[in-house]
Amino acid sequence: MSSLQLHFDVDGEDFTRAGEASGSIKRTLKELGLTPDIIRNVAISVYEGEINMVIHANGGMIDCEVLPDVINVLLRDSGPGIADISLAMQEGYSTAPDNVRDLGFGAGMGLPNIKKYTDEMEIYSTPGVGTTIRLKVYIK
Amino acid sequence: MKVCELCEKLELELLSGENSLGNDIKGCYCGDLLSWVMSKAESGDAWLTVMGNINSIGVAVLADIACIILVENAPLDADALKKATENDIAVLRSSKPAYDIAVSVSKLLGD
Repeated sequence: MSSLQLHFDVDGEDFTRAGEASGSIKRTLKELGLTPDIIRNVAISVYEGEINMVIHANGGMIDCEVLPDVINVLLRDSGPGIADISLAMQEGYSTAPDNVRDLGFGAGMGLPNIKKYTDEMEIYSTPGVGTTIRLKVYIK
Repeated sequence: MKVCELCEKLELELLSGENSLGNDIKGCYCGDLLSWVMSKAESGDAWLTVMGNINSIGVAVLADIACIILVENAPLDADALKKATENDIAVLRSSKPAYDIAVSVSKLLGD
């Protein structure tokens, strides 16, 4: 298997379409014959990133690269950024508005879940500029 | 235990996902906060919730949930039904509260 690149633009504030990128990545990984655990880890991580872009950043971009030994994901947005990343990484901390909580989001588990389901996670954020997250899930 | 057996034994209403009635149920998870579910639910769980929106279906797809059971007659909205049908997600419904259903599932699973 050589490399495979996937790119998605995520619409902001459209909760009915959130999940399209992660769903599509899941289908592709399934077609490539990867194990259910790896597929689930990538799919949940991308979904959390996608939801964060919709809730907080008015959308963004997702790039997924599948290599023989690793899946790399790049999540980028031009949203308000995260002032305190260590606080945002804590389970239960959320700045999601009430209308989003009514849909079942805003549990403060998004970034912790991404960390939990990936082998490597790097997050860079500048208030007023945006947030970039790089993920790696190894294909063992 | 298969989803169809659970459906029959607990007299659940089938709302979508006829093609997923053969899914194996390995466990059970109760919760309404979606990220919490994605963090804690296991693949193959029956998921008991009152959240019948399109995002619940997305979570079920991504987290490899065996079936969703809407408890206390919680509604499944039209967008969610459409997505559940498209993705073959079994959505069942009961008038009973989550606790009662969870106890029954536990007995049926034999633990």
